[in-house]
Amino acid sequence: MTLAGGPGVIPDVLDPASEAGQRIADLAWFLLIAGTVVFIAVMVMLALAIRAGRAAPAGAIGERGGRRLQIVAGGIIPAAIVVVLFVVTVRAITAYTATAASDVTDVEVIGHMWWWEVRYPRLGIVSANEVHLPAGRPVRLTVRTADVIHSFWVPRLHGKIDLVPGRTNTIRLDATRAGTYRGQCAEYCGLQHTRMAITVVAHELESYTTWAGREQAPAAVPTDTLASAGARVFEVACASCHTVRGTLATGTEGPDLTHLASRASIGAGTLPNTTANLAAWVADAQRFKPGNGMPPMSLREADLRAVVAYLETLR
Amino acid sequence: MTAPVRPDVSPSGTHPFVRVWSAPPGILGWLREINNIPIATRYMATAFVFFLAGGVQALLLRIQLGTPENTFLDAETYNQIFTMHGTTMMFLFVIPFIEAMANYVLPLMIGTRDLPFPRLTALSYWTYVLGGLFLYSSFLFGLAPDGGWFAYVPLTSLEFSPGLNMDYWLIGLSVAEVAGIGAAAELIVAVLKLRAPGMSLGRMPLFAWAMLIVAVMIIFAFTPLVVVTGMLEFDRKLGTRFFDVAAGGDPLLWQHLFWVFGHPEVYIMLIPAIGIVSHIVQTFTRRPVVGYRVMVGAMIAIGVVSFALWAHHMFAVGMSMAAMSFFAAASLLIAIPSGLQVFGWIATLWQGRAEWRTPMLFAAGFIVLFVLGGITGVMLASAPFDAQAHDSYFVVAHFHYALIGGVIFPLVGALHYWLPKFRGRMLDERLGRWSFWLMFAGFNVAFLPMHYTGLLGMPRRVYTYEPGLGWDLPNLISTVGAFILALGVLVFVVNVVRSLRHGERAADNPWRADTLEWAVSSPPPVYQFWSLPVIRTRHPLWEQRDLDAEDPALDAELQAMRGRPEGWRSTLIVSIKDGHPEGISWIPGPTIWPFVLSLGFLLLFTAALVNSLWLSAAGTLITAVATAGWFWPTRSQQLAIDEMRSRGYRVARDRARGSPLPMALVGRGSTGWWGMIVLIAVLAVALLSLITSYFYLASRWAERPVIDTMEIIMAATCAAFLLSVAGLLHLTSRGRPGSTTRRRLGLALATLLGLASLGLVWGAYAYRETSFTRALDAHGSLVYTLLGFEGLTIAGGLILTIVAQLWLWRRPEDPRGDAATELAVPYWFFVAASWIAVFVTLYL
Repeated sequence: MTLAGGPGVIPDVLDPASEAGQRIADLAWFLLIAGTVVFIAVMVMLALAIRAGRAAPAGAIGERGGRRLQIVAGGIIPAAIVVVLFVVTVRAITAYTATAASDVTDVEVIGHMWWWEVRYPRLGIVSANEVHLPAGRPVRLTVRTADVIHSFWVPRLHGKIDLVPGRTNTIRLDATRAGTYRGQCAEYCGLQHTRMAITVVAHELESYTTWAGREQAPAAVPTDTLASAGARVFEVACASCHTVRGTLATGTEGPDLTHLASRASIGAGTLPNTTANLAAWVADAQRFKPGNGMPPMSLREADLRAVVAYLETLR
Repeated sequence: MTAPVRPDVSPSGTHPFVRVWSAPPGILGWLREINNIPIATRYMATAFVFFLAGGVQALLLRIQLGTPENTFLDAETYNQIFTMHGTTMMFLFVIPFIEAMANYVLPLMIGTRDLPFPRLTALSYWTYVLGGLFLYSSFLFGLAPDGGWFAYVPLTSLEFSPGLNMDYWLIGLSVAEVAGIGAAAELIVAVLKLRAPGMSLGRMPLFAWAMLIVAVMIIFAFTPLVVVTGMLEFDRKLGTRFFDVAAGGDPLLWQHLFWVFGHPEVYIMLIPAIGIVSHIVQTFTRRPVVGYRVMVGAMIAIGVVSFALWAHHMFAVGMSMAAMSFFAAASLLIAIPSGLQVFGWIATLWQGRAEWRTPMLFAAGFIVLFVLGGITGVMLASAPFDAQAHDSYFVVAHFHYALIGGVIFPLVGALHYWLPKFRGRMLDERLGRWSFWLMFAGFNVAFLPMHYTGLLGMPRRVYTYEPGLGWDLPNLISTVGAFILALGVLVFVVNVVRSLRHGERAADNPWRADTLEWAVSSPPPVYQFWSLPVIRTRHPLWEQRDLDAEDPALDAELQAMRGRPEGWRSTLIVSIKDGHPEGISWIPGPTIWPFVLSLGFLLLFTAALVNSLWLSAAGTLITAVATAGWFWPTRSQQLAIDEMRSRGYRVARDRARGSPLPMALVGRGSTGWWGMIVLIAVLAVALLSLITSYFYLASRWAERPVIDTMEIIMAATCAAFLLSVAGLLHLTSRGRPGSTTRRRLGLALATLLGLASLGLVWGAYAYRETSFTRALDAHGSLVYTLLGFEGLTIAGGLILTIVAQLWLWRRPEDPRGDAATELAVPYWFFVAASWIAVFVTLYL
């Protein structure tokens, strides 16, 4: 029913795989440790106070002592901590808001209820729910929304960036290690906010070039009869909403399916991309993700099999 | 202690003074009752029921999230429930409950007999109940709001939420907010003007300070919320386009205005808790809290700074480095006043042996949880860290530490502390301990793991999650913790219910506390103070031998109010700074109109919800009748005026010092005048929110809207007219006791000029309406709303002026006519100033 789990899959903020992620993780550790120390210190003071008060008046501090304690421990020390935190924060903000140079790979992510459209304007690639990028090279990620506010969040790579109507936001993604990084929409965006996952795949350079070459190509023309029949069904039943480059299907309501078979999941992380799941999804996507834009397709059994066979050729 | 605040011999129920304060009999009497104690009791009970509802919702959410891919709740239901959980806890429980508790405790604590505007108390209560029921009725139709308690546009716009769900939310919420503002106005005037003689600002209990600060914050925070929810409802119902990017609107305007309310809101909940904990710590250590001035200063500082950090909820929307740094700095600063408070309590504990009764346990639990929630709050202020933690379970953990640890724990502690006073029965200590430890343990089991879940990348507001992401176990633990916490609450409820019947009788001052509420019997008598206590120290019950006046002049004045007046409800008005007696205030007695008015409101909300002209006509009629009934001259008021005159007391106008005290109906000393100032403040904040919206949106428009010379001429003339109205009224009210003819003429001329200016505002709008409509773009929407706002404020002023006029024609010597005129003066000055602000915004 779901994508494979396991270590490394966990979108752990404290297990970063990028420079930006590393900087935030360092900051997070600093804050967590400092916070723990302060908490313990205050609790020790509280315990001491209770104990001293119990022995009062012997163990008690006087009126002036009390005031001094309040001002020093409650005012001056916090003020000093605040100053330190502010300096640390501003330095982190400076690094955090640094934008990528303009000569790097551009990726555009456009939020939809409830999936991600992913475009590579310089490469002429349009895809969905997966961002591919070269590890070790910064990528400029521009985000927009087609409807409501969403938020792009892949914890191991970067903090959140919102997709706000009328605005474009840009961040720099700089994965240092090849790998697959999970994320999901972090701003409540309606009924299926939950089922709006995104995966970032950072490739070694060579594998990235291969991937890009394959994605740039138009859709494969089906060779076997079942898939060819499926292509014809697709043009009738699916083409008004989906695009498959190189065919008559140019719909833009739903995700571009030119290389659907190369993607790991269906429905923005709702189901793993297997034959059975694909067939079930095409037949009735509402069963798995109620409210999503894809209506139940009342296809005959044979047509359904043909369409799925066709979709599986779209590598 | 033989305090004069109690009668020497317990009076029977037929004593005229007791009778005048007693609730009228029967069901009708129940609806007519407006005295603070019964209303506050109902208010607290109602809010507590909403608390239980919100708690059940929380448990449903936790069951759903207990295991991955759970199907206990479907997506739609989950979204509705998390929306209602947040909405209920924030708007229908915490704020109303705190205000209700203050409505009960504050008058006792500051030594007065009632709140300044009891009809407003009742109106706030009824409106809140009906607004809450209105919101909850959405469940009956399966239309519960599902846009989150923060309701971000455009998700909540008509395009993406076409159902009535969000209309229920917007309307129900505005109503609860207006009720909240009403209660705040009341608390401000109560604390400033109705204190016991001798209670200078520096002798006020910390809880009174806390509530004063909070009430002022409510005025400044809730008003923008009412405005912005109104704007969204206009977008949905009237076709305006404030948030539509294509029309020059901006969805981030919603976020700015929402968080300008939303962040202070957190401190609005927290500051009363700080006040409560200070009293509990003080009482159970038998020591004054260390650093009274520091504590007050810290609360004020938190109140002020809380308005400068709203955008830390928006670090991810795409913000400049400078803005991020500013809001991070402001957010970090909060740590300093908070530190001063925490160490104020720690230092107090250091000085004296604490008695560990249940309220004290909750106060200590609060300190632990509040410190933890504060520290994670400081972490979140660090913007790059927030970029990761924001909208994840880390934040959920953080604010539950702040809100459950920081607010619910002190409130439950406060109930253990004050219920013996309220009901005259002690709560059971053993059950109290059980409920504390269950709540404390359950809370930490539920919420501590959430920090971790959040750092593992789990976002908020998801109805389920995949297994294998490391989220399963911490979620299961949180769910178990939530049930332990709920069990603790249940034990508390059992304890309360049990004690109401079988609890040990509470003494008047069972905790040997220092503040005035403990000077009266438990439960307090309806009139609260037989005669008004005189305060000479900050801790009267610890440091004063009695509550009598030492000064014979003051004593004579107070003697006159000992078990009196007998024909009408009244209390003493004092000067703000020193608490010096200034006058005797008339306080209205039982009346049905607040209840009827709230019914009129209910019809109006329903009409707005279902777009029914008939319902809105009926609602308008009832509202108008109830308003007229409300202000209709009452017998008790007449009685008060006559009695004061017959006893040789001055009435109204003469403000000269000296005994006997005047009856303060009019002028700066009166509660009505202060009520007017608060009303003007509310209107000013509302206008400011709209004008700020204008400039915020205008900064993004490609070109300036074209303005006609004709419009400028109309607007300028209108400004001149409005200034004349204010000036005329000022002269008229100053002219007293001038000739009646002159006063009549002045008022008549002012009315005419006011009517003419209303015509000009209408003209300015009609002029626009020919070329464009409110639905054309955001500019059109703003013109429509700003001119509409001005039209309504002018209409309100006209009504007030006409009322003054009627008094003057029928009974020129009646002080109530003067009162209306005096109130109209600051109001019209505000109207003129607000028009000039609108003029500058729209036309220059």
